Amino acid sequence: MEKMPKWADVILTPLISLVLAMAISALVILAIGESPLEALSVMVEGALGSSYGWGFTLYYATNFIFTGLAVAVAYHASLFNIGGEGQAAMGGLGVALALLYLPLPHWGLALPVAMLAAALFGAAWAFIPAILQAKRGSHIVITTIMFNFIAAAALNYILVSLLRPVGSMDPASARFPAETNLPSLSEILASVGILWGRNTPANVTFLVAVLACILVWLLIWRTRLGFEIRALGRSERGAIYAGISPVRITVIAMLISGGLAGMMAINNVMGEAGRLVLNAVEGAGFIGIAVALMGRNHPFGIFLAALLFGFLYQGGGELALWTSIPRELIVVIQALVILFTGALDNMVRMPLERLFLAARRSRGGA
Amino acid sequence: MKLREWLTAIIVLAICLTWVAADYAAAMQGINSALRLMPPLLLACLAGLYSERAGVFDIGLEGKMLMSAFTAASVAFLTGNAWLGLIAGIGGAMVLSLVHGLASITFRGNQLISGVAINFLAAGLTVLIGQNAFALGGRTPPLVGEARFQAITLPFAGALRDVPVIGPLYSVLLSGHSALVYVALLAVPITWWVLFRTRFGLRLRAVGENPASVDTAGVSVTRLRYTAVAICGLLTGIAGAYLATGLSAGFVKDMTAGRGFIALAALIFARWQPWQALVATFLFALLEAVAILYPNLTVGAITIPSAFMNALPYILTVIILAGFVGRAIPPRAGGEPYVKER
Repeated sequence: MEKMPKWADVILTPLISLVLAMAISALVILAIGESPLEALSVMVEGALGSSYGWGFTLYYATNFIFTGLAVAVAYHASLFNIGGEGQAAMGGLGVALALLYLPLPHWGLALPVAMLAAALFGAAWAFIPAILQAKRGSHIVITTIMFNFIAAAALNYILVSLLRPVGSMDPASARFPAETNLPSLSEILASVGILWGRNTPANVTFLVAVLACILVWLLIWRTRLGFEIRALGRSERGAIYAGISPVRITVIAMLISGGLAGMMAINNVMGEAGRLVLNAVEGAGFIGIAVALMGRNHPFGIFLAALLFGFLYQGGGELALWTSIPRELIVVIQALVILFTGALDNMVRMPLERLFLAARRSRGGA
Repeated sequence: MKLREWLTAIIVLAICLTWVAADYAAAMQGINSALRLMPPLLLACLAGLYSERAGVFDIGLEGKMLMSAFTAASVAFLTGNAWLGLIAGIGGAMVLSLVHGLASITFRGNQLISGVAINFLAAGLTVLIGQNAFALGGRTPPLVGEARFQAITLPFAGALRDVPVIGPLYSVLLSGHSALVYVALLAVPITWWVLFRTRFGLRLRAVGENPASVDTAGVSVTRLRYTAVAICGLLTGIAGAYLATGLSAGFVKDMTAGRGFIALAALIFARWQPWQALVATFLFALLEAVAILYPNLTVGAITIPSAFMNALPYILTVIILAGFVGRAIPPRAGGEPYVKER
């Protein structure tokens, strides 16, 4: 018998976790002598109060959708891919190499090529941890952590020593050709006569991210591969009994995961920066963990959670600008969300389950 | 120790001796600096060893060290006493250890996710509180005098200075570090003794391999695991305090800079063995020292970029994990919450 109805499991537990995380964050703000309500109003005003704020919120959310989906796809195969950071960084390298060295006369051509390059590089970076997990049982969490650091060191070297234009002091690549620049959401809307979000980095990648949500949903719940991924995640022995190869599915799930993380690069590297800079990912790979946990590994949940974190990110920036609260507050909130929705899940769930059981008993009279 | 374990130690020793023979002054400087860089890695590695030997995975070593570095530096600055700072550092790390214990033991949550959360919690809170308290962009004010752990000259260091072999080894390399360096070095034999020569150690190892058997013997799994997690807090606390009040003079945002993860790598490299942990963390500290001494190391015609030296601990660990050079097998019940049978 189910201990509690599905809606409670899917909506109520994450909401309560979120409220707990927010409450503790409010206490932290109080402890440093600021007003939580005032902080919230600055954040809402800065992130959602204008189309300018929304432009940034959607830009950040786009990053988090990709990294959140990446964590979720791996999670369905019961693999914890903590390497989104490194995979997204490598995706950025793929985008930069494609845009700098391939003749791409129009963004309409550059976008699919860059997407392919980003996904390929991201997937390649996930491949070694995947094959080591599948074939040799090396713990994927540890290997993906190691690969984050190796990626950071590799990119540092590549940007400083190889991709940096002659005479430039900046550890960054040259600018990408102007014709590969992605249209921003504000330009797209302006072409149909709507004035929205000028000078914001939100670009056409947001639509790609929404499409990715739909495709991941189809993949996980409507395809044979998705079924195999979920079956492996549920029980390895059961999957083997059903004729599913754990090695094959582990590797495929991680390739998709790494590819999704890598695709983030078309937003931040191609869409926003227009060149590859040092530490371009800025922790978005790790926020993907919070987003996937919060969204219960479902693409729709991830979409909402990514919006929430986009809001927090943009709001946090505004907070640092207008108040004396540093933007690290967002890191604290992120940590608390991960803690409550991921690690202390049972703390929220167990009392709730007891509550629902008690309610059912009193209603049924049995 | 087995042959392959001796081999690692011998290789590390050979590297040092070759270096000393090739360039005495530089080698002494490099090895000395490695000894100063090693304690945070070694202490964090041993911290992880207790926790993981008891079946609790801990990828939050980094966060605990960071929190400890911050609380230690803050209290050392406010009181002007490094020892009080150390106590505060241990306290800071202990609080996060308790959170990890609650999540992974009491509420049987995902230990890896809890570790990730702890790392972010420390990264955020230290800057948030630091900025609020000192308004220096997340730094603490620089520590001077008694607020820092000072170098100690070991007894007879002056008298033995001119004795061949022993002189350079004892007076130059071993002497002249701060107290916590010796604490870290002593922690190795103590850990070995506790784990392999005491009843507590036997039970601790058993609870990481087969908690049900420990439970059947009437020993509390929960209590053993909490003890291990608390020891982990104690050791990461000392590690963080050393970082902020021994190695550096104050706290800087994100000052652990991945050391918690290098320690984690060292733990795998060391196959969860205390003496091997010493060898592994010394090797990794040596790599760090070389990367600092020679930003662009030239060996023959090849220039090795410092980025490669920085990544080498991680690359070596992946190779070890892959099992091509002797397999690393973690404690069997690691990462799994224990559910008592009813």
